[in-house]
Amino acid sequence: MSTPHDSHQELSVSGGQAQPPARFENPGLHEHKPRQADVDPRVTKRVERQVLLLLTLSILGTIAVVWAYFALPPGDTVGSMRLSNLVLGVGLAVCLLGIGIGGNYYIKLLMSNREYVEERHEIRSSDETREIAVQMLKDGGEDSGLTRRGAIIGAGVTALALFPLSLLVPLIGNVGEDWNVRKFKHTIWKKGTRLATDPTGRPIKASDVTIGDVWHVIPESLEDLHEGKLDEKAKAVVLLVRLDPRDLKSDQSPEGETWSHDGIVAYSKICTHVGCPVALYEQQTHHLLCPCHQSTFDVADSCKVVFGPAKRPLPQLPITVDDEGYLVAQGDFAEPIGPSFWERATK
Amino acid sequence: MKALAARRHDRRAPALLLLLALLLVGAVYAVVAPSSAQAATKTATADDIAAGEKLFQANCSTCHGPSAAGTDSAPSLIGVGAAAVDFQVGTGRMPMQMSGPQAQAKPVQFTDEQIAQLAAYVASLGAGPSIPTSEMVDPALGDSASGMALFRTNCAMCHNAIGAGGALSQGKFAPNLWGTTPTHLYEAMLTGPQSMPVFNDANLTPEEKRDIIAFIDEQGNGSPGGLDLGSLGPVSEGLWAWVVGLGLLLGLSVWIGAKSS
Repeated sequence: MSTPHDSHQELSVSGGQAQPPARFENPGLHEHKPRQADVDPRVTKRVERQVLLLLTLSILGTIAVVWAYFALPPGDTVGSMRLSNLVLGVGLAVCLLGIGIGGNYYIKLLMSNREYVEERHEIRSSDETREIAVQMLKDGGEDSGLTRRGAIIGAGVTALALFPLSLLVPLIGNVGEDWNVRKFKHTIWKKGTRLATDPTGRPIKASDVTIGDVWHVIPESLEDLHEGKLDEKAKAVVLLVRLDPRDLKSDQSPEGETWSHDGIVAYSKICTHVGCPVALYEQQTHHLLCPCHQSTFDVADSCKVVFGPAKRPLPQLPITVDDEGYLVAQGDFAEPIGPSFWERATK
Repeated sequence: MKALAARRHDRRAPALLLLLALLLVGAVYAVVAPSSAQAATKTATADDIAAGEKLFQANCSTCHGPSAAGTDSAPSLIGVGAAAVDFQVGTGRMPMQMSGPQAQAKPVQFTDEQIAQLAAYVASLGAGPSIPTSEMVDPALGDSASGMALFRTNCAMCHNAIGAGGALSQGKFAPNLWGTTPTHLYEAMLTGPQSMPVFNDANLTPEEKRDIIAFIDEQGNGSPGGLDLGSLGPVSEGLWAWVVGLGLLLGLSVWIGAKSS
């Protein structure tokens, strides 16, 4: 019976004490405690020597850097490059750390650490001073003659306001440079373009592709391009895999057509998430991983996304074989390769 | 000659003759014997195959089946060839120590001779890739510049730009390649162990495989820029910058701000 009553009282008492006082006492400065180096001359001497040593090390570090620059050029071998970098780096570190640590050491241990109080004056100036200041501004304005010449003021303000355009217009104008989005929608794959190995450019025979293989493929016509080769390659690269036809669940071809050839399927290597080259192929699971964000595609099942941030399957390149047994494209990809972009859906 | 004939009954003569015979055999062997890789492919005798079968029955048949045709837990070995056996057993991946995401390299369980016998037995089951000769894998004969271009396209996405290795899905990983022997590198490309796809001789010609081996061999010289932190890219570099670098800066700031005694 008494316990709850007591605790209730304590609560109300502590609640009352929580009220802040109207005014705090100024606690003043901490009592000044002398450091060891202030009272013991031996310690003072020792710290002086340490600071001298650190600064001397810094001087030696600078000398080492300059010496190494001339005496230890990077040279042609990995060993000489390592040595040159090592001496330059360590010398620079010693030179800067010597100054920094030595300076701090001196300030912390030897320089006077007595606190001084400097009272702050009132922030607001006296009325008289303020009036004088305003009058000076007015007089100055009058003196410059600008107050009477509105046209010059207007022209000046306009000039200043327009000036940023000289920086912004070229800057923004250069962004993108090329606004032709049609380029995103097509690659150089055409009906009959042979599939060739990347980077050697050998055409690929269907009979050479064995189960479990992975081939990194470029269009053979890439060799004939004279400019924009890299741009076109970046869009057209393909990964070619042969699966046991029993493992191949489906490809992306519409009903009644087939885009694969005897278990050989070809998919765009450009990730539909942000366009990294997807090429980590796990032979046993038929999974294809993107190294950037771990999107995972199932090659056995039309490259559908099984994990990760990608939202669309990798586009499939329709392939077949020509009369000589080489793998050729049936045409371009049926949809734009790579990540989404504005107007992707419009044809 | 007479002096020699007179001494033939010397009691030291048999020992001397034996020594001479041994030296002769040794010298003939050194001249005639092919390199070990060739020995494995060329001199597979019926005895080797029989010995290999015994080893197989004792060590491998539990998982791969008594006729090497595979079971639910392990694939068929018919047609994988001597190269696959030399790689899997020669790097210690087989026999597997425990089940897991992938078989890991570990100390080799068999002698070279036993590996050659196992390889001969498995090769006798069906035609498959054979072990490359030492000339086919000699890094000195390869063109490392061409190897770099091929490595970048075909290998770098899993094994990292300079072969330091990298992660795959669900605990699997592509191993570091610097410590792998040239022969095993060649065999791995040829046979596609575990998650790794196959790169057959039409895809990467034997010369191109040797170029890739030459490129990997070049990576053993160390990095010119100092500590490479495992060459793993942003993971180890970020760990270093954020934990060690930032930690040092914080420590120094605390030291600068602390009152001295």
